[in-house]
Amino acid sequence: MYVAVKGGEAAIDNAHRLLAEERRGNPDVPDLTVAQIREQMALAVDRVMTEGSLYDRDLAALAIKQAHGDLVEAIFLIRAYRTTLPRLAVTEPIDTDAMRVRRRISATYKDLPGGQVLGPTFDYTHRLLDFALAAEEGADSTGPAPAEAPVERCARVTDLLNDEGLIQGESDPGGPVGDITRAPITYPCDRDLRLQTLARADEGWLLALGYSTQRGYANNHPFAGEIRMGEVTVEIVPEELGFAVPIGEITVTECEMINQFKGSKTAPPQFTRGYGLTFGFGERKAMSMALVDRALRAGDLGEDVVAPAQDQEFVLSHGDNVEASGFVQHLKLPHYVDFQGELVTVRALRAKAEETR
Amino acid sequence: MMDTGYNYAYLDEQTKRMIRRAILKAVAIPGYQVPFAGREMPLPYGWGTGGIQVTAAVIGPTDTLKVIDQGADDTTNAVSIRRFFARTAAVATTEKTTEATVIQTRHRIPETPLGEGQMLIYQVPIPEPLRWMEPRETETRKMHALQEYGVMHVKLYEDIAHYGRIATSYNYPVLVNGRYVMAPSPIPKFDNPKMDRMPALQLFGAGREKRIYAIPPYTRVESLDFDDHPFEVQTWDGACALCGATDSYLDEVITDDVGGRMFVCSDSDYCGDRRAAGHVGDQGATAADYVRVTEAGQ
Repeated sequence: MYVAVKGGEAAIDNAHRLLAEERRGNPDVPDLTVAQIREQMALAVDRVMTEGSLYDRDLAALAIKQAHGDLVEAIFLIRAYRTTLPRLAVTEPIDTDAMRVRRRISATYKDLPGGQVLGPTFDYTHRLLDFALAAEEGADSTGPAPAEAPVERCARVTDLLNDEGLIQGESDPGGPVGDITRAPITYPCDRDLRLQTLARADEGWLLALGYSTQRGYANNHPFAGEIRMGEVTVEIVPEELGFAVPIGEITVTECEMINQFKGSKTAPPQFTRGYGLTFGFGERKAMSMALVDRALRAGDLGEDVVAPAQDQEFVLSHGDNVEASGFVQHLKLPHYVDFQGELVTVRALRAKAEETR
Repeated sequence: MMDTGYNYAYLDEQTKRMIRRAILKAVAIPGYQVPFAGREMPLPYGWGTGGIQVTAAVIGPTDTLKVIDQGADDTTNAVSIRRFFARTAAVATTEKTTEATVIQTRHRIPETPLGEGQMLIYQVPIPEPLRWMEPRETETRKMHALQEYGVMHVKLYEDIAHYGRIATSYNYPVLVNGRYVMAPSPIPKFDNPKMDRMPALQLFGAGREKRIYAIPPYTRVESLDFDDHPFEVQTWDGACALCGATDSYLDEVITDDVGGRMFVCSDSDYCGDRRAAGHVGDQGATAADYVRVTEAGQ
């Protein structure tokens, strides 16, 4: 007699227990603390905050711990938490001109007001495994940190160009900024919604698309006009006060790309811009985002849309890794009803083919 | 058991209100896909987040919920979703189609006909029936607005030209109330006729794609076809091996590695009812030995 397999609650509970055991690994090795992840896996924390769109280092670190270090899973945990939070206030736009800069570089000028500040970067490191880090003790002998000279408020490269009228001006179109987490996106959509979507988009997706623009699929001849990373103040205007009060400080990375533009029927030759912004130190993503942002402005600038990176619906509707991961992995769910339908159809088609042979 | 720390049925009341407005609009325009601000849910996209949001927006403490996946109440994802609502909405759950006021489903419509006091909520992966012919939302919305459904008929015609029959076996497109072509979600076409003039309200939630659509009770739902190639549903030569049913959708189960297979009802509640009533298939236990085990409970 056949007994159908029951995929019941006990099986799910057991799976969860096994998962918890896997997460812990060998119990002889000390448990990772959330603080250790927050402090020593800071770039993973930054990515989870950026794509989870929630600036909270402790929660991001907790999510990474809970997700066994799977960052896309951690991002999902943060998103599912974020969506339940009440909206207490909307902040003022952050002023990155006033950033306490820890890193600031420009590839377009040898020197410029404020100077080039390398800061903590992987650039120019030789990618040789540092076996000293593998030693359990004494690995922290990094020597004294270099004296930090506070960087002055530094002028923006694009503003310097703008003074000459060489770069397309940016203006605030006014009106409220959209919110992709509160209203469904419809196409074609404006730049506020595009930038929001890109900011939450998967880093790998943007990296590949940005890379494609460099290889000729919508070439925009980009220059890294400026990349800056540091702390900015976040302010809100409480209704009862009527003026802005600071509520905290966050670390962000900002990238402004400068792109060639030969002019079109409607616009004179001048440089154009692409913009990228991430929470924390997310230079690779900020740069990729700026490339893709520029590519997506094709329509606004009267360029032909010929490459994937210029295609709004294609870029924006496939970049969310929480959506993509869920839908790809839903293929694990049972599909035997549909499959049975296909079996019936294919058998019928084959029977017909046999008949007519 | 009710989890504190979250609002009733997980979603906050403002979100529920937004979803209810989308549902009302969907009911007012049968078959039209209403965009809604879908939220991230604590379950992955593609695993029923649309259906869960719709259910969360309509369910109340006096409801009785049934959740099925592939027709069965005991598939893991159905168990998981049922638990979610038992936990967050303190709602009574059941496996019996006739007892449920709200039924959330993935890929099936129950065999037992639904009545007026019931709601059937479908989980929808891709709400756009024209998506396979036109990937762009900007284009498909226009095509719906202009009722320009030629591509769909061409696609079905090409099937006939190539294979001698329409080769779509699930998610078979329907025309709702004579106006909108609609994706019925990946139910087998076997279930399509059940949608027509169904006394229960049918709601469709696509979480990832952020769309809700509906078929109000007693609405005309026609499966697209041609006069000379009328719509037809799947049939099987055999009967359910457990309950002997010949009128239900059957799943194929491989029983050994030398080609042995059997067919059983995909609707576990329907099969259980029949067996409890004494129907026995060629591999089923006798009615006297049959003990119905359910997990849903209260």
